[in-house]
Amino acid sequence: MSAQLDEKLMIPGQREQAANNKPAFAEESILNLDQVNIYYSGKAAIKEVSFPIAKQKITSLIGPSGCGKSTLLRSLNRMNDFIPEVTMDGLFTYNGQNLNAPSVDPVEVRRHIGMVFQKPNPFPKTIYKNIAWGPNINGYQKSLDELVEHSLKQAALWDEVKDRLHESALSLSGGQQQRLCIARALAMEPDILLMDEPCSALDPISTAHIEDLLFELKTRYTIVIVTHNMQQAARISDYTAFLESGELIEFGVTEQLFTMPQKQRTEEYVTGRFG
Amino acid sequence: MYSTALNRPVLTDTFININKRTIRWGEFLIQSGLALCALISIITTAVIIIILCKEGFSFFQHIAPAEFFFGTRWVPLLEPSSFGVLPLVWGTLLVTFGAALIAIPIGLASAIYLSEYASHKVRSTVKPVLELLAGIPTVVYGYFALTFVTPLLKTIIPGIQVFNAFSGAIVVGIMVLPMIATLSDNALRAVPQTLRQGAYALGATSYETTTQVVLPAGLSGVMASFLLAISRAIGETMAVTLAAGATPNMSLTFLESIQTMTAYIVQISLGDAPAGGLAYQTLFVVAALLFIITLMLNVLSQWILNRYREAYD
Ligand SMILES: Nc1ncnc2c1ncn2[C@@H]1O[C@H](COP(=O)(O)OP(=O)(O)OP(=O)(O)O)[C@@H](O)[C@H]1O
Ligand SMILES: [Mg+2]
Repeated sequence: MSAQLDEKLMIPGQREQAANNKPAFAEESILNLDQVNIYYSGKAAIKEVSFPIAKQKITSLIGPSGCGKSTLLRSLNRMNDFIPEVTMDGLFTYNGQNLNAPSVDPVEVRRHIGMVFQKPNPFPKTIYKNIAWGPNINGYQKSLDELVEHSLKQAALWDEVKDRLHESALSLSGGQQQRLCIARALAMEPDILLMDEPCSALDPISTAHIEDLLFELKTRYTIVIVTHNMQQAARISDYTAFLESGELIEFGVTEQLFTMPQKQRTEEYVTGRFG
Repeated sequence: MYSTALNRPVLTDTFININKRTIRWGEFLIQSGLALCALISIITTAVIIIILCKEGFSFFQHIAPAEFFFGTRWVPLLEPSSFGVLPLVWGTLLVTFGAALIAIPIGLASAIYLSEYASHKVRSTVKPVLELLAGIPTVVYGYFALTFVTPLLKTIIPGIQVFNAFSGAIVVGIMVLPMIATLSDNALRAVPQTLRQGAYALGATSYETTTQVVLPAGLSGVMASFLLAISRAIGETMAVTLAAGATPNMSLTFLESIQTMTAYIVQISLGDAPAGGLAYQTLFVVAALLFIITLMLNVLSQWILNRYREAYD
């Protein structure tokens, strides 16, 4: 474990000291953003953003509406390819490879970097097929039944749907649909899971379910989550990036960013005195 | 009304009288006028149905329904007459089937291309052209069949008759193709973008996304477009009369002249049969049969369309 995580265990005096030392990012990063700019029709929505994403940790992206969180998240698995007016520069390094190199197959990228969307978007197919479809088209060889069960269990949905696997996924509640979408993404055994406000359409109980789930998942997956909920970011994430009007204001260990932010804007935002 | 409200002095303690209900005559007149217009089409439909039933009923007093529905000879004007409607139904089926065989694959492929692959620029050029194609009078298609399609077919199949089902099927297919393409395109485009994104995020290619997510999701709308096109093909008259001729025929090939139900109706309507006679009444029974078939298809496609509307709301 890195020095930074241990900070959570430090007494306040020690913690301040550590902050003053400003230790370098000591995690193994799986994805690295370097001087990233993203433009919509030439207009910059993300400006000179650089930060690393730690392997098997949860990184949250926070910031006011319209600051570019979704835009940035979509750039991490080439989903911006579908928006014709988007152009990008800067370097995205995934496992030491340039994510946007011409030789990269975006389909292959998305097999390893999955995404869960803000609104649940199950396919109008059965619950079973929703999960099995991704692995199936990607040539999964082992037992799909087992994979479906395993994925649904990971997403804490198995008990609720095990008797109705062959019913339409649209018959599930919104919270269940979102967990199904998470299960669907997990069935691909992604390297990184990107989540854009996955709880924004959910009630507190479903949200709590999903937060518990993320906690468990991070032992196996790297997660990047966009959230508007400060408490959620503080509770679940290890690292936090705070963006404002397309610029990265502050990036750091979550604990530190919320309790001892380096920038005044960050402090105003996380304490709700923003504007 | 508003002016009085605005001119009223603003006094907080004024009594506000809301008991002012009167009949608004202008509104009443407009409402009745609109209702009357709507009524006209309902009355027309009702009158048509009544006439079809009445004439059909007296027809069946002379000819057994079994002879009409299952007879295989349609000779209404010459002695010995015979009133088996199957050759006409067969002619219609032959043309419709051939047209569907041409229009469904091409129409669906165009719809998929337009909704999933075409750039905005291509789509905004192709769509108006398709609509233009749909607006060409059908007699022009018939003329096109006779003067262009049939001669072309003759160079490939020398034995083909001047009037033939093949040519009719081709032009009717071309005629209903824009309908399938535009309606299916609408159905596919109604599939939420979020579903496509969900598929792509699982590492699907655009082909896999289109065929396995978008198409199944929009299938009911696509099916409805097929049914509407088929019902249009069944009801098509001028083009098939010109292209396929007027010979009731249960031929299995597309190469001979046939007669469809609609073409028969044209023939009789043009005065081939004396009014009031049995041959004249066949006009109404054939029309009634046609009406029932297309009505069923339209109801079926409406039902399918409604089901698909519910899917995303
Ligand atoms: N397709 C697009 N075309 C042009 N501009 C866009 C497009 N999508 C987003 N933008 C702009 O880019 C900026 C960032 O948008 P983005 O959706 O990334 O914000 P966000 O931080 O996710 O906001 P929210 O919290 O409301 O979801 C906004 O100013 C937005 O107007
Ligand atoms: Mg967003």
